[in-house]
Amino acid sequence: MKALMQWVDARFPLGSVVREHITEYYAPKNFNFWYFFGSLAMLVLVLQIVTGILLAMNYKPDAELAFASVEYIMRDVWGGWFVRYMHSTGASMFFVVIYLHMFRALLYGSYRSPRELIWIIGMVIYMAMMVTAFLGYLLPWGQMSYWGAQVIVNLFETLPIIGGPLSEWIRGDYVISDITLNRFYALHYLVPFILAGLVFLHMVALHKTGSNNPDGIEIKKGPKGNRWSENAPKDGVPFHPYYTVKDLLGAIVFMTIFLAIVFFMPEMFGFFIEQPNFEPANPLKTPDHIAPVWYFTPYYAILRAIPSFAGTQVWGVLAMFISIALFFVLPWLDRSPVRSVRYKGPTTRLALGLFVITFLVLGWLGIQAPTTSLTIMSQFFTLLYMLFFLLFPCFSSAGQPLPMFAKGLLAISIVSVLATIVYWWFLWSGGPGFTHKISYTLLAILVLFLLGIKPLIKPELAKPVPERLTK
Amino acid sequence: MTDEDVEITEENVNAKRRLLTIATTGFGLAGAAGLAVPFAGSLLPSERAKAAGAPVEVDISKLEPGQQVTVEWRSKPVWIIQRTPEALDLLPGMVDRLIDPDSSSNQQPDYAQNPTRSIREDILVLVGICTHLGCSPQYHPEIGSVTFDDDWRGGFLCVCHGSKFDLAGRVYAGVPAPTNLEVPPHRYLDENRILIGSDQGTT
Repeated sequence: MKALMQWVDARFPLGSVVREHITEYYAPKNFNFWYFFGSLAMLVLVLQIVTGILLAMNYKPDAELAFASVEYIMRDVWGGWFVRYMHSTGASMFFVVIYLHMFRALLYGSYRSPRELIWIIGMVIYMAMMVTAFLGYLLPWGQMSYWGAQVIVNLFETLPIIGGPLSEWIRGDYVISDITLNRFYALHYLVPFILAGLVFLHMVALHKTGSNNPDGIEIKKGPKGNRWSENAPKDGVPFHPYYTVKDLLGAIVFMTIFLAIVFFMPEMFGFFIEQPNFEPANPLKTPDHIAPVWYFTPYYAILRAIPSFAGTQVWGVLAMFISIALFFVLPWLDRSPVRSVRYKGPTTRLALGLFVITFLVLGWLGIQAPTTSLTIMSQFFTLLYMLFFLLFPCFSSAGQPLPMFAKGLLAISIVSVLATIVYWWFLWSGGPGFTHKISYTLLAILVLFLLGIKPLIKPELAKPVPERLTK
Repeated sequence: MTDEDVEITEENVNAKRRLLTIATTGFGLAGAAGLAVPFAGSLLPSERAKAAGAPVEVDISKLEPGQQVTVEWRSKPVWIIQRTPEALDLLPGMVDRLIDPDSSSNQQPDYAQNPTRSIREDILVLVGICTHLGCSPQYHPEIGSVTFDDDWRGGFLCVCHGSKFDLAGRVYAGVPAPTNLEVPPHRYLDENRILIGSDQGTT
């Protein structure tokens, strides 16, 4: 065995890679609950690829045959229903896990210098996941598949000049058709492997800087020497066996929940598999109520909150893309002298809490049928979503002077709030009643004041950060 | 002193070799760009996709006032609706709630650019695809207070994003859709037969 290892190591750096990245990779010793989700995301990716390949062996990417081939998998293929429900549940659980993983980064400032690239690669992974999920959703060729793809591809059609040709190029036809289904299938098979490559880059970048932790303290800058190595950080423990065992526990609990969903509620009350998708695609009739799958609904709510203006509906599409793009610049918006929420002031906690509420409420709004009172609510929460990012430099400044760009963002925030209020009161004919307008106006001004103005008038300082990790 | 020890500077650089390197890289990039054309082009609509979409003939002799029929033309739904006289009377009163009451944007053939957006006053022919993001709106001929509008005068509601249109397919102000619904090219072959997708020899 030893001879074999030596033979391999002389030809391929197996032993040193294992040591550097697993057995002698020192991670902070204070990881908590929030640190389960990175490894769980990788687990789900592997499950999705395995179940996906099995499904591909019985699925037919043809508008005439696709719907029936999914039914065939469900009824006639041995264990087919299990593989398919694993795959459909896996898609939703992937997003559950990733949203929690991203929230962890928000809590503990894991996106901050020097980990900006880990965060940006992670955001690219998130976008690749959305593309994969969207492509895959067309494949069963149900009503929701068809009309969902119709709406999303038409997003590109709103772009000025290039919009029309671009959307025809994406569809390969003038409407969603057999041609579109065929190419979406090819791409749905391809993107997960790109995703795996991105995950590899995410890990390379992570192991270059080392992991952040709930205290946001850099263990590599702390004292050296632990019971395994004199040069390793004192507050680090080797990834294996400490965190492999921890992640294994996470995987067991996760799989229990996962399989319970697969066995007992694979449709998850219409959230994981929507009811209209049990009906074959019909290009002549949109279902009575269409909504994307739950993980897209916050962005969908933003998309339809913005009314058309100057003869084009591109604004809603722009707002939706901006709302995702803002995540990319987060590392530069956070001006706080400390990383972790543990040592940031109450305003940051308030902002984070509001952002979580905003994301959930937008998610709920994206599922609802649009009415006037829900539309103003969507507009208010879209505004709040944007303010969280635009005002981040202000409420995280902790008394430091604001750089020029932050002042600019503050100005944009004030203009956005005023423009929204003017729209509500003067430009929206047939808009909501007085009570709605006055309450959302006051709330918008209150949020602008609490997150943008008050931290500048009366700065709140960050708490002192300890030298070493706390528990 | 061997060759490797010489630091390459602007003075001693082998100009011929540098030119060759640049030229090779340039040709390589040009080749890659050339290759991208057929690759990307293969994703464009194929000849078969372009050829699909022959005109569709519809018989409207059995259409009753207020009734909607849907036919498929170029894989899209096309509606034919016979509007009631009451519905036609309500159209002029819609003007202040619409973005483009005079149909000035190019969403209809010239012969349908009139107050009812139709050739025959009562017969409305529309492509049933919302100008926002392409859902197919629902026909709501009822008049009065409905769940989505307190003062509804008949028209179409897109359930996807809440866009509203009147019974001439004209878009309401303050909804996501920016333009009126499209009137397809069409003509009457005789009193009761419409040909959708062709307008040569307009009546």
